[in-house]
Amino acid sequence: MISRDEFKTIAGNGIWKQNTSIVQILGLCPLLAVTTNAVNGVMLSLATIVVMALSGVAIASLRNLIPHEIRIPVFILIVAALVTVVDLLFNANLHELYLVLGIFIPLIVTNCIVLARVEAFAAKNPPLQSTLDGVFMGVGMLWTLALLGGLRELLGNGTLFGGIDMVFPSLHPIQVLPESYPGFLLALLPPGAFILLGCLIAWKNWIEARAAARAQQKPPAPVSAAGCH
Amino acid sequence: MSTAKEFTASSMALRTAAILFIFVIVFTGLLSGAYLWTKPAIEASATEEKMKLVDEVLPRGEYDNALLDDAVTLPATPELGLSEPSKVYRARRNGQPAALVFEAVAPDGYAGKIRLIVALRTDGQVAGVRVTQHKETPGLGDYIEVKKDKNKARPWITQFTGLALTDGSDKEWKVKKDGGLIDYHAGATVTPRAVAKAVTKAARWADAHRDALFGEGVAQ
Repeated sequence: MISRDEFKTIAGNGIWKQNTSIVQILGLCPLLAVTTNAVNGVMLSLATIVVMALSGVAIASLRNLIPHEIRIPVFILIVAALVTVVDLLFNANLHELYLVLGIFIPLIVTNCIVLARVEAFAAKNPPLQSTLDGVFMGVGMLWTLALLGGLRELLGNGTLFGGIDMVFPSLHPIQVLPESYPGFLLALLPPGAFILLGCLIAWKNWIEARAAARAQQKPPAPVSAAGCH
Repeated sequence: MSTAKEFTASSMALRTAAILFIFVIVFTGLLSGAYLWTKPAIEASATEEKMKLVDEVLPRGEYDNALLDDAVTLPATPELGLSEPSKVYRARRNGQPAALVFEAVAPDGYAGKIRLIVALRTDGQVAGVRVTQHKETPGLGDYIEVKKDKNKARPWITQFTGLALTDGSDKEWKVKKDGGLIDYHAGATVTPRAVAKAVTKAARWADAHRDALFGEGVAQ
């Protein structure tokens, strides 16, 4: 089935090494539009996890039947069909959740990260691995979008978890900064999202550079298994 | 040799096209299957949502027909502020007309149109009004929406409930600032004034057209 090492590599790639938002820089359009607060970011990521896991398993299972020349149209066909089916099933069976997540599902169809992972991973790997890859790519997206959304609303409004009452009606957003905080509109607008995303990327690169500098001082660690690229 | 090669190329193309075609058929089938399978449930929840809104303006105890099925399509009606066709739902009790439930639009809100749903009983009494869509200033004019109103015990919009056209005077249909009886919040008069005006016009229109509306056949 799957070895421990393989699992660790897939998880590590998704969550950190190949993080969709701060390493691959993919799917920026929904990212910028949605991360005005942490709750929206988490919701979009949850919907994306479902779609990526499903498209991963579907394409990995069919990968030997798809001719190389027409793989892209077939991938698009499969991904679009799956997203629509997920949309319909959510609407029919989990209507309450659909009212919250529903507006994010159409955003996923246009998210290039789904097609990118299908092409880069699911087309070359078995179903189980591909599903895990989809899930962990989504988890990587989840923490990044939650962090970005949280930073943006904290800077922009002085609150955290705005919109949580849409998901759990009994909960309320937390006012972190004093009520008199004047707000910082730039953080809530798309340019602010770009600037903060840049800061996140710089922070990640700084951590990596520091780790690399430390590793150089010590005897070199054994090289771990290569990622999917 | 060249003919053999062409033959291979064209048969390759045919094969690829056939595979693509099969994928299209399979996934279109999957989509239609999912659509047909989920259709009843999706329609049921859409109806339920509509009924939730209707329940807010007209209590279920006041009628006994299948309200959503007893509808008349209304052409664009300027008196109601509607520039597009809409539906009027007819509530009946023991076969007798009980109330009309319909949409109205206040065109002169502070930030554009305010959409309302109004229920008017056959005796000319307003059974209820709710705002369904608006762009009024958050925290200032948005108290017309029950969810945003801080007065949970008696939300602003419920002031219209029970108002009757038969009283003759239209005094009580105006905001207090204009000499009427409807309360308003200081600093946001435009919004309640627009709603009050739209409700008045809508109630008068429905009262005048009641018999014609109840006489019409069910819209398909």
